[in-house]
Amino acid sequence: MKKQAVLVLLILLLALPWLIGGDYYINLSSQVLIAAMLALGLNLLVGYAGLTSLGHAGYLGMSAYMCAWLILNLQWGHFPAALAALGATTLMAAVFGLIALRASGLSFLMITLALGQILWGIAYRWAAVTGGDNGLSGFARPAPFGIGLDDPVHFYYFTLFVFLLIWGLIAIWSRSPFGTTVRGTRDQPRRMNALGYNVWLIRWITFTVSGFLGGVAGLMYVYYHQFISPHTLSLTNSAEMLLMVIAGGPGTLTGPVIGAAVVVLLKNVASGFIDRWVMLLGFVFILIVTFVPGGIVAGLGRATARWRTSLGRTKAHAAESMSLPPTAKDAR
Amino acid sequence: MQFWVIQSLNSLALGGVLFTLAAGFSLIFGLMRIANLSHGAYFMLGAYVGLDMLLRGYNFGVAVLAAGVSVAILGGLVERFVLRRLSGNPLSQVLATLGIAFVVADFSLWMWGGDPLPVSGPDMLSGAARMFGMAFPLYRLSMVVFSIMIAIGLWLLLDKTRLGMMIRASVDDMQMARGVGIPSSRLFTIVFCLGAALAGIGGILAAPILSVYPGMDTDMLPLALVVVILGGVGSLLGAFVGSFVIGFIYTFGQALLPDLAYIVLFLPMVIILAVRPRGLFGRIGA
Repeated sequence: MKKQAVLVLLILLLALPWLIGGDYYINLSSQVLIAAMLALGLNLLVGYAGLTSLGHAGYLGMSAYMCAWLILNLQWGHFPAALAALGATTLMAAVFGLIALRASGLSFLMITLALGQILWGIAYRWAAVTGGDNGLSGFARPAPFGIGLDDPVHFYYFTLFVFLLIWGLIAIWSRSPFGTTVRGTRDQPRRMNALGYNVWLIRWITFTVSGFLGGVAGLMYVYYHQFISPHTLSLTNSAEMLLMVIAGGPGTLTGPVIGAAVVVLLKNVASGFIDRWVMLLGFVFILIVTFVPGGIVAGLGRATARWRTSLGRTKAHAAESMSLPPTAKDAR
Repeated sequence: MQFWVIQSLNSLALGGVLFTLAAGFSLIFGLMRIANLSHGAYFMLGAYVGLDMLLRGYNFGVAVLAAGVSVAILGGLVERFVLRRLSGNPLSQVLATLGIAFVVADFSLWMWGGDPLPVSGPDMLSGAARMFGMAFPLYRLSMVVFSIMIAIGLWLLLDKTRLGMMIRASVDDMQMARGVGIPSSRLFTIVFCLGAALAGIGGILAAPILSVYPGMDTDMLPLALVVVILGGVGSLLGAFVGSFVIGFIYTFGQALLPDLAYIVLFLPMVIILAVRPRGLFGRIGA
């Protein structure tokens, strides 16, 4: 059942450029996929490890700036620039992990927020390198294997390829023994410690991997927009990413993707009617945490379970599907 | 010489501003275990409300009062109707405060526009004091005095009154405090209003120095976070010392290395987290 659903979804994604016409919608789909990559990476930390980070836009920005700067100022090729950007972002995540994991819970959140804002400040103020408020722009998209990515359809397939790669990796990772230990450190850090697991190291590895995935998404982001500015690193952006994870369903594989689609579409649709996107974002945040804790995926699960119950088809497995996927419990 | 003295005064003034922000943040965190991410937005809203009053022709004292009261009322409403519903789930509460921060920030942008607005302090405090052949801007001197007065007021409140005793008891051991009949629910509202009011007052007091502009909230929030991480959550003394340390580091960082002031800011945080994760004066384990 579930495998079939995934297969149908995959075919839909592959056939998307034929199903929807117009460059606008194809580009929008690429945007959704890039946002979904970001959300999947952040979800490793928020959903599986129970560590809520509010500075994740920093990794996106670091990788995007690094790549753009190397191409523009040192005339590096796309491939070495991408590798260097990923390396630098991963290194930065490793160092930030050393700092932020001195704490957990809300202090962790505060530290990641402060680190993210410091990166934003550097991007904004260190104008000699980052171009300040104007950001960096004016470079071409890469052309892997001679296929130009300027065409929206080509770019969509390239994005889809990277997205599926990340999705597959995370699916394997979350089922692996290591993925299970990560969930263990989220739910019962003390017991995991008593069982001989190095909780700190497990969290640090997850933190670094999450930063690396943020870097991958950052590359896609800068290829798509061909532009990077401090705004990308802003707290609003970090919060948007966190909203994707929390709205969709932290700690699930599909949740962040759905959350990313909802947030990106909402943002695009809403900005057509009103120019108060930030205010809307704020209200959505409040509504989601108040009324749909656990995210849309879990919320729908509960709603269908209730619907089934009201139809009088209460069965044991219906009750089972009602149980929430674990959310970040040990918030402190 | 002139440079060092003037920059030191600027540092003290910024420290005073940061203290009004960090004290409330730290108090709320200590009691309610909520990192109130809307604190920067309250600060900005206070500045805008105060400015609005000044533009309507009221004097500076009224502006400060209006800023404090209006932000306190907003804080009380938020605590009662949003955070209360989410009690027992600190993460959701923090995310809700973030949502409120966005709403307040965008509302301010809508109401007062996107241009930075200058604010003039009270006439009495304009101009400069001349001492030792140097001119000291009076308003910055008064900012230091204001913040010390606020610190003394808060210390008296927390250390010498019955209310303060109840707050301290609840910070140290919430369950025990409830057990002996301390009305912690009412305390939560009071402390949240107080913290918000401090941020609002801080906003308008800082406005003649910083001017008022959109983005002020996200400029100030990380500074307040770094102060609290440095000083230790829940500690008034920590907030006081941390504010002035960060005031000095940030001001001199900006003057000497304008491009890299933010990196300089990051160093004390790293050092303190490496050596003493709970902060200089923190008693609550993070």
